[in-house]
Amino acid sequence: MFYRLLSVVQRQRTSRGWQNWPSARSGASAAEAHSVALPAQAQVVICGGGIMGTSVAYHLSKMGWKDIVLLEQGRLAAGSTRFCAGIISTARHLGIEQKMADYSNKLYQQLEQETGIQTGVQIYDRTSVVHVMIKKGEVTGVETDKGQIECQYFVNCAGQWAYELGLSNEEPISIPLHACEHFYLLTRPLETPLQSNTPNIVDADGRIYIRNWQGGILSGGFEKTPKPIFTEGKNQLEIHNLQEDWDHFEPLLSSLLRRMPDLETLEIMKLVNCPETFTPDMRCIMGESPVVKGYFVLAGMNSAGLSFGGGAGRYLAEWMVHGYPSENVWELDLKRFGALQSSRTFLRHRVMEVMPLLYELKVPRWDFQTGRQLRTSPLYDRLDAQGARWMEKHGFERPKYFVPPDKDLLALEQSKTFYKPDWFDIVESEVKCCKEAVCVIDMSSFTKFEITSTGDQALESLQYLFSNDLDVPVGHIVHTGMLNEGGGYENDCSIARLNKRSFFMISPTDQQVHSWAWLKKHMQLDSNLLLEDVTWKYTALNLIGPRAVDVLSELSYAPITPDHFPSLFCKEMSVGYANGIRVMSMTHTGEPGFMLYIPIEYALHVYNEVMSVGQKYGIRNAGYYALRSLRIEKFFAFWGQDLNTLTTPLECGRESRVKFEKGLDFIGRDALLQQRQNGVYKRLAMFVLDDHDTDLDLWPWWGEPIYRNGLYAGKTTSSAYSYTLERHVCLGFVHNFSEDTGEEQVVTADFINRGEYEIDIAGQRFQAKARLYPVASLYTHKRRKEDVELSDLHGK
Amino acid sequence: MCVCPGPRRIGIPVRSSSLPLFSDAMPAPTQLFFPLIRNCELSRLYGTACYCHHRHLCCSSSYIPQSHLRYTPHPAYATFCRSKENWWQYTQGRRYASTPQKFYLTPPQVNSILKANEYSFKVPEFDGKNVSSVLGFDSNQLPANAPIEDRRSAATCLQTRGMLLGVFDGHAGCACSQAVSERLFYYIAVSLLPHETLLEIENAVESGRALLPILQWHKHPNDYFSKEASKLYFNSLRTYWQELIDLNTGESDDIDVKEALINAFKRLDNDISLEAQVGDPNSFLNYLVLRVAFSGATACVAHVDGVNLHVANTGDSRAMLGVQEEDGSWSAVTLSNDHNAQNESELERLKLEHPKNEAKSVVKQDRLLGLLMPFRAFGDVKFKWSIDLQKRVIESGPDQLNDNEYTKFIPPNYYTPPYLTAEPEVIYHRLRPQDKFLILATDGLWETMHRQDVVRIVGEYLTGMHHQQPIAVGGYKVTLGQMHGLLTERRAKMSSVFEDQNAATHLIRHAVGNNEFGTVDHERLSKMLSLPEELARMYRDDITIIVVQFNSHVVGAYQNQE
Repeated sequence: MFYRLLSVVQRQRTSRGWQNWPSARSGASAAEAHSVALPAQAQVVICGGGIMGTSVAYHLSKMGWKDIVLLEQGRLAAGSTRFCAGIISTARHLGIEQKMADYSNKLYQQLEQETGIQTGVQIYDRTSVVHVMIKKGEVTGVETDKGQIECQYFVNCAGQWAYELGLSNEEPISIPLHACEHFYLLTRPLETPLQSNTPNIVDADGRIYIRNWQGGILSGGFEKTPKPIFTEGKNQLEIHNLQEDWDHFEPLLSSLLRRMPDLETLEIMKLVNCPETFTPDMRCIMGESPVVKGYFVLAGMNSAGLSFGGGAGRYLAEWMVHGYPSENVWELDLKRFGALQSSRTFLRHRVMEVMPLLYELKVPRWDFQTGRQLRTSPLYDRLDAQGARWMEKHGFERPKYFVPPDKDLLALEQSKTFYKPDWFDIVESEVKCCKEAVCVIDMSSFTKFEITSTGDQALESLQYLFSNDLDVPVGHIVHTGMLNEGGGYENDCSIARLNKRSFFMISPTDQQVHSWAWLKKHMQLDSNLLLEDVTWKYTALNLIGPRAVDVLSELSYAPITPDHFPSLFCKEMSVGYANGIRVMSMTHTGEPGFMLYIPIEYALHVYNEVMSVGQKYGIRNAGYYALRSLRIEKFFAFWGQDLNTLTTPLECGRESRVKFEKGLDFIGRDALLQQRQNGVYKRLAMFVLDDHDTDLDLWPWWGEPIYRNGLYAGKTTSSAYSYTLERHVCLGFVHNFSEDTGEEQVVTADFINRGEYEIDIAGQRFQAKARLYPVASLYTHKRRKEDVELSDLHGK
Repeated sequence: MCVCPGPRRIGIPVRSSSLPLFSDAMPAPTQLFFPLIRNCELSRLYGTACYCHHRHLCCSSSYIPQSHLRYTPHPAYATFCRSKENWWQYTQGRRYASTPQKFYLTPPQVNSILKANEYSFKVPEFDGKNVSSVLGFDSNQLPANAPIEDRRSAATCLQTRGMLLGVFDGHAGCACSQAVSERLFYYIAVSLLPHETLLEIENAVESGRALLPILQWHKHPNDYFSKEASKLYFNSLRTYWQELIDLNTGESDDIDVKEALINAFKRLDNDISLEAQVGDPNSFLNYLVLRVAFSGATACVAHVDGVNLHVANTGDSRAMLGVQEEDGSWSAVTLSNDHNAQNESELERLKLEHPKNEAKSVVKQDRLLGLLMPFRAFGDVKFKWSIDLQKRVIESGPDQLNDNEYTKFIPPNYYTPPYLTAEPEVIYHRLRPQDKFLILATDGLWETMHRQDVVRIVGEYLTGMHHQQPIAVGGYKVTLGQMHGLLTERRAKMSSVFEDQNAATHLIRHAVGNNEFGTVDHERLSKMLSLPEELARMYRDDITIIVVQFNSHVVGAYQNQE
């Protein structure tokens, strides 16, 4: 496949393919081997002549870019691309990966016909990139061992060397990936050689794959104990000298012979050692660098380079040509990582966990075990001692829930389930406490920026960047989207106006890099307009529940009644002995309560005060699972899960957060005006499952198909069990696909309301009620007098 | 240290059911051993053994005793020996009465015995990289004497580069080996220190400031230091460095490791001798320094600094380098010479150092003056001091010393002392990437196993741990089934290796439990370890082993730098 892709682009020098590779012979075009001087400039320079680099080159040229140079330090397709097992698998874990694989599969089938077409891509092999030249945060050129090339765009497709290459610039770019050795076996042909139509076999339990290879078999796998390699960074020559390690391969050979005992008599040809590159979250890395304009990356394929090659190359090419890809690729975006994932030790440890995961069951709410406890709140030890179980987001440890001292949870292995999880009761009591008393959740991981100016610059630039009206009185908090030109959410955040010229912006944890890059790109930052990341400066405590107000007033001696402290308000006040605590009357859940932004040195003090005063109000710790349940039952969508760059406020019922008439233009306004006029083609709805048995049925997690009147209408984006409704709640987008053409049509409120819905969980459909607004009764939760019992008097 | 004439070699070559100790019923002749054994036990302290008795027995099992005694009895002590024969009655009645007991230890019990003294040290990594040429070491001891007379030491030099490792085999008690194990490395470290550092330390002592630390010890909890003598030892050491400071002319700070090692050995032995002559007002210390001087110890010490490996040896412990050949096989390179009668040049040296008329008496029955097996040792002032001095010290010494027959006894043909020296022979080796490990061990190991086997067992153990030892298909015809069989076998072998986390323990397991096929026989191991204290010494000597693993990457990098 690869050579077909290659032969489509015009080549300056040829390279000998691996003679044993069948497609090598069929595809490689013969050309004169002589060295050619590098051009002085080009629009795009691509580093890496593997499948990713050539795919990007191919797609760029298909989209009309002609001035492209592709550099390869060794020979074309000599790295993992050459040695890989050559399997294209179209059953992928993520939706976006599925799309890439499907596209690649189709592309490879038609490539043959395109062979020989002139493209304008110039390929130079045996040319190494030394570093990328950068001026004022923009790519200006590339320094190679054969000279310089000026360019506007640079694409890092250097595979397992992408990490090193990223760090080699003056302004280092973190591309967190790491190689592991990967082994597969080649045998001589069977007595009756296998036919080319023999299916590929994956035995996930045995951790192996098997395919036909020249009448014999090719079989490899992803072992439990991977061997990370090149942690210190090596040059490419080493790749050819990697040794076979039969002892290491033994478990895989055993499972091959257990699955297919008759293969015992097959004669070994060789054991190939071909390193593969893995990323910290098992998803590939693509996109533009958050720090250097024009620096693009496509690497870290987690052993699926051939499957993703076509699709990934296409999305990246679209990204470069149009400024954004045609699909939501946030899950693969380089900006989901920061420099914090770039430690060699971290990568080495994490990929050892990632590689075996490839063939393991991917259960919901999986938490990585390696590379943990990197970023923690000052309260970490306190919470941990009280039974906190942790999950990690963007390197930050966050409590999931608190295991009571008398409660035993299942061992980690056993709690991997698609059914009702073992934490169900624990989270229930936390949710109940949020509803009836007060809970405290450490939410320090949220990304926090401060935007300050000498004059009106801060307000002006924020008005342009955000869809809601930020010209509010000091002390008000505004929920608003940070939209792109298409009206889609780049970020969904809360902004407090601290004073006339200063704003405090709170975004999801994993927005730290993306949001920063977006703001830097769109704001005229200078000495008059400052943007500061203050995430590390504050510990955030969320006091949720009807008694939060009592706790806070007791600690501050200030009136906190709704008259003095209305909802969505921000005040600096003293809490306990600590002064200057930023208190905000919101909880990210729709429940009553306060967020406390505490300068970190006061964190322990304030927490201790809150816990000791809160005792008589029944305070307890709670975690993110409780928060999530509360949030989803109230139909609070979350960026990164429900919202992304391709969803607009109008599509999720947030027209009220878009102020078309605020008198100023803002990014995405035109697109939204257009959409308001034309109507939306999808609409976020909340589904309450009716006939689902929480104890016995498989749970919805996310990604379940939604059926409207028996027809596929979309997928869920998140779900949670609502302890108040005693039902599962799913959020998801409803589309209106034409029955005849499959074309997307306008979705109206009426269309949503008039449908009969079912959610398909692993093949079983459950009836669901769709809602466009949250259940009203949730807001008027009152306990009836006759329900009060003695146990309500017990301390929690 | 060995005092019995190899009863172990009587027992082990006979692999029939008549092998007394290993048969269920204990035949009468075996019982004859016990009095002898008891004597042997005692003889450790008094330097006497029942050589002639053994000889008779040895002959009966077609064993021609090759003497490897530290001390053989002088006729004067035959009576002493015999007078102790009533031990036989006693021991028999107490423990070995008519019904023989079976000593079977379960595998966990065996392991707990073997692992009781094991110790491992891994050189800490910095930023995921180990920059030292030493990866770490494993060490272990298995006592045969009670208490054990072997000692071991390991330490990192803090003011100079390099790591020091040593094994010490004591005889006539453990006092000397204990003292040497505590003190020798300080003498070496001080000898290696540059002038300024010595001055700095001396000034700090003088002005009561905190001292620079010199050594970072890596000790097993059982490796103890004497609290009582610490002040005395420090004063001697300080005198040494003060002399070094005075001697230094300041012209060159190029310290020669070989010279430093030799000086340190000699100086310490000299101090041991002096301390015994001067005595100490504290009666406990006074007795201690005398015991140290009158007992003896051999020493085998390695100093590793980058690719520079120096081995200083005094006596018959041994340093062995494990070298992995290109084909993966193991070979042993000896980095020390045994100082005993098997060493021609040592025999030659002794003859040259004494008048011609002593040529026949200086080494008799392969022993120094017919008594001592190692030809070089610390302490053992009986072989170093003049007769006058010995008498004077003993007379003025405490009563315990005066009552001790051994200390009072002057070796025969004692004309031109000293006959013994602690001066080490130093061998330098420049480490190569194929040098994977160094074994330092007392003769307890080397007399049970051939050096080639020792290196192979450790080599296979260490590579097994690291999944090295690659198999390559090459051009051969191998089927998947054959390969699978081979790999399964290797895996099984590996899991047996994994029983030990310590290379030294693994080696001891082999040394004690090996059967004729060179594999560990649990039953045999169990029986050997079940031997009562008084019997154990007949079947084996104290064994002390240190296995130092080298970092081939670092060693290779050194090589590439040049």
